[in-house]
Amino acid sequence: MSVLDIPDFSLVVLIGATGSGKSTFASRWFLPTEIVSSDHSRALVADDETDQSATADAFDLVEAIAGKRLKNRRLAVIDATNVRAADRRRWVELARRYHALPVAIVVDPGADICIERNRARPNRDFGPAVPQRMVQEIRRGFTGLQREGFRQVWRLSSVAEIDAASIDRRPLWTDQRQDQGPFDIIGDVHGCADELRLLLERLGYRIDGSPEAPQVIAPQSRKLVFVGDLVDRGPDTPGVLRLVMAALRDGVGYCVQGNHDQKLSRWLAGRDVKVAHGLEQSIEQFGRETPEFRNEARRFLDELRSHYWLAGGRLAVAHAGLKEELIGRGSGAVREFALYGETSGEIDAFGLPVRLDWAAEYRGKTTVVYGHTPVPEAEWVNNTIDIDTGCVFGGKLTALRWPERELVAVPAARVYAEPARPFLAAADALTGQAEADRMLDYADVGGRRFVDTELMRRVVVAEENAAAALEVMSRFAIAPQWLVYLPPTMSPVETSTAAGYLERPEQAFAYFRERGQASVMLEEKHMGSRAVIALCRDDQVARRRFGVIGDEAGQIWTRTGRAFFAPAVRDAVLARLRQAADAAGLWDELGTDWLLLDAEIMPWSAKASSLIAGQYEPVATAAVDSLSAATAAIAAASAHGVDTGGLEARFAQRLDRAIRYGKAWAPYAWPVDGIDDLEVAPFHLLASEGAVHFGRDHRWHMALADRLAEAGSGLLTRTRTLEVALADDSSSAAGCQWWEELVAAGGEGMVVKPLDFTARGAKGLLQPALKVRGPEYLRIIYGPEYDLPEHLERLRKRGLGRKRALALKEFALGHEALRRFTAGAPLRQVHECVFALLALESEPVDPRL
Amino acid sequence: MFLSIATTHQPATDLGYLLMKHPGRVHETEHAFGRSYVLFPEAGAERCEAVLLLEVDPIELVRGRGQTEGLLDQYVNDRPYAASSLLSVALNRVFRTAMAGTSRERQPLADSAIPLEITVRPLPAQGGAELVERLFAPLGWQVTAAALPTPAGTPSRYVALTIAGTLRLADALSHLYVLIPVLDSDKHYWVGDDEVEKLLAKGGAWLSAHPERDTIARRYLKDRRKLYRAALDRLAAAEPEAEIEDEAPLQPEAIVEARLNTHDLRLDRAAEIIRQSGATSVADLGCGEGKLLRRLLKLPALGRILGVDVSMQSLRRASENLKLGLPGGPKADRVSLLQGALTYRDPRWAGTDAAALVEVIEHIEPDRLPAVEAVVFGSAGFRTIVVTTPNADYNVLFDGLSAGAFRHSDHRFEWTRAQFRDWAEAVAARHGYSLEIEGVGEPHAEHGALTQLAVFRR
Repeated sequence: MSVLDIPDFSLVVLIGATGSGKSTFASRWFLPTEIVSSDHSRALVADDETDQSATADAFDLVEAIAGKRLKNRRLAVIDATNVRAADRRRWVELARRYHALPVAIVVDPGADICIERNRARPNRDFGPAVPQRMVQEIRRGFTGLQREGFRQVWRLSSVAEIDAASIDRRPLWTDQRQDQGPFDIIGDVHGCADELRLLLERLGYRIDGSPEAPQVIAPQSRKLVFVGDLVDRGPDTPGVLRLVMAALRDGVGYCVQGNHDQKLSRWLAGRDVKVAHGLEQSIEQFGRETPEFRNEARRFLDELRSHYWLAGGRLAVAHAGLKEELIGRGSGAVREFALYGETSGEIDAFGLPVRLDWAAEYRGKTTVVYGHTPVPEAEWVNNTIDIDTGCVFGGKLTALRWPERELVAVPAARVYAEPARPFLAAADALTGQAEADRMLDYADVGGRRFVDTELMRRVVVAEENAAAALEVMSRFAIAPQWLVYLPPTMSPVETSTAAGYLERPEQAFAYFRERGQASVMLEEKHMGSRAVIALCRDDQVARRRFGVIGDEAGQIWTRTGRAFFAPAVRDAVLARLRQAADAAGLWDELGTDWLLLDAEIMPWSAKASSLIAGQYEPVATAAVDSLSAATAAIAAASAHGVDTGGLEARFAQRLDRAIRYGKAWAPYAWPVDGIDDLEVAPFHLLASEGAVHFGRDHRWHMALADRLAEAGSGLLTRTRTLEVALADDSSSAAGCQWWEELVAAGGEGMVVKPLDFTARGAKGLLQPALKVRGPEYLRIIYGPEYDLPEHLERLRKRGLGRKRALALKEFALGHEALRRFTAGAPLRQVHECVFALLALESEPVDPRL
Repeated sequence: MFLSIATTHQPATDLGYLLMKHPGRVHETEHAFGRSYVLFPEAGAERCEAVLLLEVDPIELVRGRGQTEGLLDQYVNDRPYAASSLLSVALNRVFRTAMAGTSRERQPLADSAIPLEITVRPLPAQGGAELVERLFAPLGWQVTAAALPTPAGTPSRYVALTIAGTLRLADALSHLYVLIPVLDSDKHYWVGDDEVEKLLAKGGAWLSAHPERDTIARRYLKDRRKLYRAALDRLAAAEPEAEIEDEAPLQPEAIVEARLNTHDLRLDRAAEIIRQSGATSVADLGCGEGKLLRRLLKLPALGRILGVDVSMQSLRRASENLKLGLPGGPKADRVSLLQGALTYRDPRWAGTDAAALVEVIEHIEPDRLPAVEAVVFGSAGFRTIVVTTPNADYNVLFDGLSAGAFRHSDHRFEWTRAQFRDWAEAVAARHGYSLEIEGVGEPHAEHGALTQLAVFRR
């Protein structure tokens, strides 16, 4: 019984005449979903398996289905006669396109059997000539199958062989996903044997045996992975090879092939290669070695794999990196990319090929560790890291510990070779990630989006909302590098039933009490405009940490991501805030050189003056005038004896409300001539270096805000607060009274927050805050006469479900954005959250809520 | 909303007969938008005054709007209080017979001119008190329009309008019916086809002779140009054809550059450069409503034309303008319109030969330009790129433009020729393009051409 060992990811092409038993063979060894049959496709497009006129369309369909399977890294079997080389070329190309190995299986029981079987089947009355011709053609073409590009060719030449054959699937050599590590991944060694020994020792490996026959003993169950380019340029290529060969022989390591390794192996094999780029050092060193060692080294270097896929698929190691669509696959293109990376074909000023920055575009979930291009520091870029820190050029030899993601490095003892292109970067340059982040991709934000968040799992954004957000983001918003957060929308309380009120504190207390909260923080709601403030210690911090390109040392933006101030005012405000942060000692205390604050900036009129002048004032003018004239006319009619019924009292009531409406925004509006007329009231410290402060309770946040306000001169203002114990009736009553006093004095109202910033109840995340607005403030929102009983009654029927669902999603997205930002995630991952949040804001929701 | 009609015709109480309302009672009428009351604050033999009060239900007025745009200003507005087309609707209903000029009891009086004094307040005077005068005075009214102060004491856009004169009551009411909405110019319901009929029915007699006829027709029908022309054609049927000034709402940029018709020049030049480049595919980045696309469609060498814009509304208009997917429109897969932004790399542009950015970069914040550069010049791989932008040097030649101001309120910058050259040269050097810069439009000896254009090639 013969066993056909085929790669578990391959394109299997069956070759056999009609009636040869291909389909039966296929169905015995492959899943129905793996088999893509031309007969079945003919039926799909023409309702008839034998309709030859549908052949072209049927084969397009076969190719499409098989292509999609390969794209998803699934094995596919082409079940068609595939008699001629021209028929098969299409499949070899398809396999190459998706970097799958093409495998040919020839099923050839002999022409007589085929003729016999066809006779027994309906609609196959084409006589003996067709199968005979097919069998002949297949046999003629057999020897050419390898040349056609098939990486494996199997032949089953009798019924007995076909029946006895079995298929065994093997993972690709590069697929070592079952190996969970832990690993120590070593950058380009280039013959620096001393540094390698030092690094291995620092990583806890022990090197025993003689220099000629070393042994590498790993700590615990750790394994080494070399990113290739073990050889050339450096002082002791044979020494390095001995160590690495020993590690691999003892099962404590992997090594992928580098371009230098490949070239040296070709030289060792006697091939004609150009002696340059450090090969001359290797040649010189190999001159002192025995032919046996040379042979051993040649075989070792030649058999190195293009890349390894490790740790359950979470890690890939390749010499020059690997695009997502190449990982765990096999083709010439995979090896080419893994060894050389992608170049544009152009040559730069140093005579080196211009590399295309695949890492900047990388979007994969698999971490890719690579070397090849020397960099001054190993830096994470889009879940990839280049750990070639130029040891042979006098840099250092770097290892990445996995899964710890810790970098360990040993400096080079000296400069062994001069690089063609200087690789030490300017001190003030943007980080590699920031460079890569300059370019965001439409694919990262466009269309229907799913964003996975820690607080709420998946948040879905509809395509039309994303389209709206794209417009706002690109036309009006500040640079995405600054825009690392947007605040969530805030729901009001359920409506109150108390006479004359639309909103009251009792409903807010009930919301949190019913969801298991012990206490809430009441915070005065400043009537200004919401602002998010990124405050950096200086412009260098801004460039380094946020990756911005300007000279500004911070930014202030509105809840839709627009710049809050013109640059000059912004910088003046930031300077004051910076002084306050200095004086309060926040930088050292929090171990940060930037702060992200959530604040309200007053007066309201600073942002809303056009709304006041264009909307609110005219309404007041019109209301007062028309109701005054009406009241006077009614009074005059009454005076001469007309029975005006309740009209006089009713219009007097209406006039009173119109007059109150005209005064409603007075407390929130004052002229602004300079920053001394502004007030900034911070109430959350959202994040600082390495930390999102959503785990801190509101006592902590308010204490910090108070300290800032105290330390600041002028500009900063405090937020009045009161803590209420929800189980305690007198405490709740005190909370209500506090609110009543606040709004009676002209305040907008208050915000009620659970004491914990992120609070959960039995049914999940709770509203992070509920607003309770004062009756006079609501006049601005709902109109002059909203609290006439017949109006109020109708306004009470308002649905909050949509608003609250949005508030939670936006809260989760805002948190996620900050979580990613503080963890140093690529901009696109932060931007994705903020973009989604902005997109949700385009949902139609009653803006009066 | 407050309207009073007073007369000193003797006996003044005949006003009650003309209006069909008894002066001793309050007359209440239900309307779709609320209620109205007619009452008489004065009903003597020397002077009689009838007042029409409208009480608009503010809650019903905004009901159902929650599903639409979501702007706060829709919810709190002056509609319940200001004189508007709602008042016209109420007039037509409450004083129907008087408006028709009939009276069961006093027909001869209804047929004669009587001394009238009418007050409307608050009346939004869009166009100023002066327009109020121009509208009412030619009809025989003495006009007093007193600006009403805001609560803060500053002047508002509202006036208390009083008109006095000796006219037929029916004429007076028809003047109010038409001219109140004209002054308000913010009709509460959508302008429909029957509006023309209404306008002609109510204003036919006097409107065709009114010197402000065009303004009235246009504003009454709220710039719905088709309707406006239809109405005007019918009014002017007997007169020789008069050229009607094009008064589509103009962008400031368009006003500034209007005489010069430069936009067409720019688009023609950009299309010509694309043609000469030998490109077979092109992306119009920032295609707007498709003016350049329409030119590119005429170039047979272009097999694939992409229109990219960030505004979905512009793309919809472009699709309509180009008749995409309609008979007579371009071939199915020759043109595609995509929403996209120049700050986001876009794989959908891959493999396109040429790109045009006509009057686009100046709408982008300077700190986003490096991103645009990376996307358009760095990653997209275009072989020819045409960029146009205003020449700030030229701005001094515009009368209407103050120093340092931009031609369009959405411009984030406008570059001098030197600034544009610096930017373009740096971009060309970084991305391996050759560069040519030219001016578009008649060049001024000192300040150059209106528009500057750069062609990047590689």
